[in-house]
Amino acid sequence: MSLLTPRTNPSKLMQWAAPPLAILATLLTATVLFYALNKPPLQAFYVFFIEPLETENGWSELALKASPLILIAQGLALGFRARIYNIGAEGQLLMGAICASGVAIYTDGMDGDWILPLMVLAGAIGGGLWGALPAWLKTRFNAEETLTTLMLTYVAVQLLAWLVSGPWRDPGGSNFPQSIMFSEPALFNALFEGLRINSSVIITLLAVPLLWLFVKRSFLAYQLAVGGQAPSAARYAGFSAQRTVWISLVVSGVTAGIAGAAEAAGPVGQLTLSLSPGYGFAAIIVAWVGRLHPIGIVFSGLLMALIYIGGEAAQVSMQLPSAVSWLFQGMLLFFLLGADAFVDYRLKRRKPFVIKEAQA
Amino acid sequence: MLIPPPPNHPRPLPAGEPRLQLLNISKRYPGVLANDQVSLNVMPGEIHAVLGENGAGKSTLMKIIYGAVQADSGQIQWNGREVSIANPAVARELGIGMVFQHFQLFETLNVTENIALALPPDTDLKTLAVRVREVSEKYGLPLDPERLVHALSVGERQRVEIVRCLLQNPQLLILDEPTSVLTPQAVRKLFETLRKLASEGVSILYISHKLHEIQALCDRATVMRGGCVTGGANPRQESTASLARMMIGRDLPVCHAPVYAGEVKAALEIDSISRPKDDPFGVTLEDISLTVNSGEVVGIAGISGNGQAELLAALSGESTGRSDSVRIAGLPVGHLHAGQRRDRGLSFVPEERLGRGAVPSMSLTQNAMLTAHRQPGLSRFGLLDFKAARDFALRCIERFDVRCNGPQAAARSLSGGNLQKFIVGREIMQAPKVMIVAQPTWGVDVGAAATLRQTLLDLSREGVGVLVVSEELEELFEICDRIAVLAGGRLSAAMPRNETNAEQIGLLMAGQAAAASV
Ligand SMILES: Nc1ncnc2c1ncn2[C@@H]1O[C@H](COP(=O)(O)OP(=O)(O)OP(=O)(O)O)[C@@H](O)[C@H]1O
Ligand SMILES: [Mg+2]
Repeated sequence: MSLLTPRTNPSKLMQWAAPPLAILATLLTATVLFYALNKPPLQAFYVFFIEPLETENGWSELALKASPLILIAQGLALGFRARIYNIGAEGQLLMGAICASGVAIYTDGMDGDWILPLMVLAGAIGGGLWGALPAWLKTRFNAEETLTTLMLTYVAVQLLAWLVSGPWRDPGGSNFPQSIMFSEPALFNALFEGLRINSSVIITLLAVPLLWLFVKRSFLAYQLAVGGQAPSAARYAGFSAQRTVWISLVVSGVTAGIAGAAEAAGPVGQLTLSLSPGYGFAAIIVAWVGRLHPIGIVFSGLLMALIYIGGEAAQVSMQLPSAVSWLFQGMLLFFLLGADAFVDYRLKRRKPFVIKEAQA
Repeated sequence: MLIPPPPNHPRPLPAGEPRLQLLNISKRYPGVLANDQVSLNVMPGEIHAVLGENGAGKSTLMKIIYGAVQADSGQIQWNGREVSIANPAVARELGIGMVFQHFQLFETLNVTENIALALPPDTDLKTLAVRVREVSEKYGLPLDPERLVHALSVGERQRVEIVRCLLQNPQLLILDEPTSVLTPQAVRKLFETLRKLASEGVSILYISHKLHEIQALCDRATVMRGGCVTGGANPRQESTASLARMMIGRDLPVCHAPVYAGEVKAALEIDSISRPKDDPFGVTLEDISLTVNSGEVVGIAGISGNGQAELLAALSGESTGRSDSVRIAGLPVGHLHAGQRRDRGLSFVPEERLGRGAVPSMSLTQNAMLTAHRQPGLSRFGLLDFKAARDFALRCIERFDVRCNGPQAAARSLSGGNLQKFIVGREIMQAPKVMIVAQPTWGVDVGAAATLRQTLLDLSREGVGVLVVSEELEELFEICDRIAVLAGGRLSAAMPRNETNAEQIGLLMAGQAAAASV
């Protein structure tokens, strides 16, 4: 039988202590790793976690990377709380970017304040549809959303590849698989002179308090939580299980889609194959590390962004492979899930304390 | 080990030495002292009752003995030796078995697999299935080892729990309200089994709110109130009234049913509901019709598993059908889901409190929202007002005397009876037109049960149509104006209470069941 037995009263404190513990375990393992790679660990940590925060540009990059992570994770957390596991936010992000880019490409040369909002809307719709598809498959055919969302991600990747190497390839450019550079009206403008940070982060800044209010106070979010924790109670109260599926997947699709649009119309400025450095997947980790809590996600999103930036810096200044960033992400999730397991379960002691006579 | 060993004969003890001795056991939960210096002896072969109000700390004490909860202080002596029972596995190894008040079964596993979970890991499932069938038949607790637990009625789940314990050949068997969902025949069978086990030297700790059972079965009783032991008695020498007084500290209130003077209208109409069973072990409903008028309490007698769950789901809206198959105050609602029916004046208390009537991990405030969100002031523009819900929960707690650690207490931290009071209270406070209650006083102590019954009567006399589905005939005869019998998926005509009697109802239960099985 299993080695773990459930705890009757999992500690609330430990639930929140698990992420810091996981971070600690990640850092310890990383130390060993850096030693093995013959890189001084202290210097590596400095490059990873301190250096990026010493310049204005570093902070700008941090905000730029944290913004999509936080936005997507907020949407995912909503579904995770209802036990609907959308792990295809990456695909929804790409669909959002594709739809937004479509608007930018077909309005190229036009002018107007409506172009950018239309792009964001198109992104939301694209991502939303890419979330609605698994919702339909689940409610209609009872298909696992974990599988369908992931598979649809590959569909989105292939669609993107076809578009940028076929119909939408920049005719003026070389043969690179990328679209034209968007023109001014199709781009978020920079917030500060000389920094890449742009007004797309405002979307995230607005979304966090709104989603926080939604989670804390809205009837819909309450219904989702009931459906996740006690499905028969939801049925008893007349909360529709199908609606839970639809809302969870569509909302997380929409947030991912908007994040995709913001990437295309923000730091990237065109549709390319390498539009997203895996934000959709990393956001899953962000949601868990942030304990599915709207404010917790802000902190974990910043941390994850730092890992991204630190990883880039480490590549440049220490010749560390780019995989190190991924390794950090993976370890963080691994240790967190491990810690979570011990918050909810306890290890079964092999030989419990029993007096001899009683056994005989 | 392939199969559980034959009955291990309890170690002979020096005469007069208790099998289990508890010394000054204390356990504190946030806000309550659930057990306060409790001492208790159980002799070999003794059937020992633990009595007490809801929230007195009975289940907590039993969980401590079974290792599911750790005491803060105190000693446990087992067969004369001090032991520390770190978890249920240790308890089982010592020879302690327990049937929980709230079931501990995995819905997605079948009966045998569930039972295997409590046995050593290398248990062979095939042999076990055979043993399960044997034991369950021997003790009159019929079970199909292959069935998935989620398809079982509450009564059948209870059987799984009991059989699981019996298979472990315990020296001490703890039963926390085992009979609340058993048929009278099964109770009789169970008592025979327990007596036989006791004569073989097995000790039994027995918790029940049904005083006549305790009188019929138990050699000794310990009474608890507010976490303390307040006395002991020989239940055979006491009357139910005196036992009740020991438990609740005052005389048992009697229900009185005033005459209803208001206008009589059909509150709930059930019009020939027929529904094929949707899983192979369900019950087919056959042409069920019934009208509940405003101002009356109608009872549906019968044993769970005869279509009760199916009928209740059809009435509550958890399953839907023809629009005019169910009418509330004249409006067809048969096609509407549970929430929409509630909007039209239906309230419903299901038989499973934890997990269906309430979300275990959520607070009482949040659980108030489950159905009371439609009350004025609790939600606006799609936003919930948790302050208003807290007030609602507080009023419910006060009015229905729910013993708990305030509205922020998690539903699962409440004792069984207190959670039931909260759910019934929540439903009554919605000012329904129709109130449907399944097993209203299951697990509720005698004092609170009397109060709850009176509340249902009063509610009906305010013009509400009340439908009570219960296995307890005494309860039905106490509060119902008319009684029908549901057996084998068919409902008899509803007979006025004073024109029928327990015998006739019993015959109907048997007769219809027989008719349905041919
Ligand atoms: N896990 C828990 N967390 C907090 N309080 C708890 C917990 N379990 C029980 N309590 C509290 O301890 C007290 C005793 O509960 P217990 O379940 O032992 O009562 P009981 O005598 O079995 O009642 P009932 O007859 O209703 O089943 C109650 O006040 C209850 O609210
Ligand atoms: Mg109890």
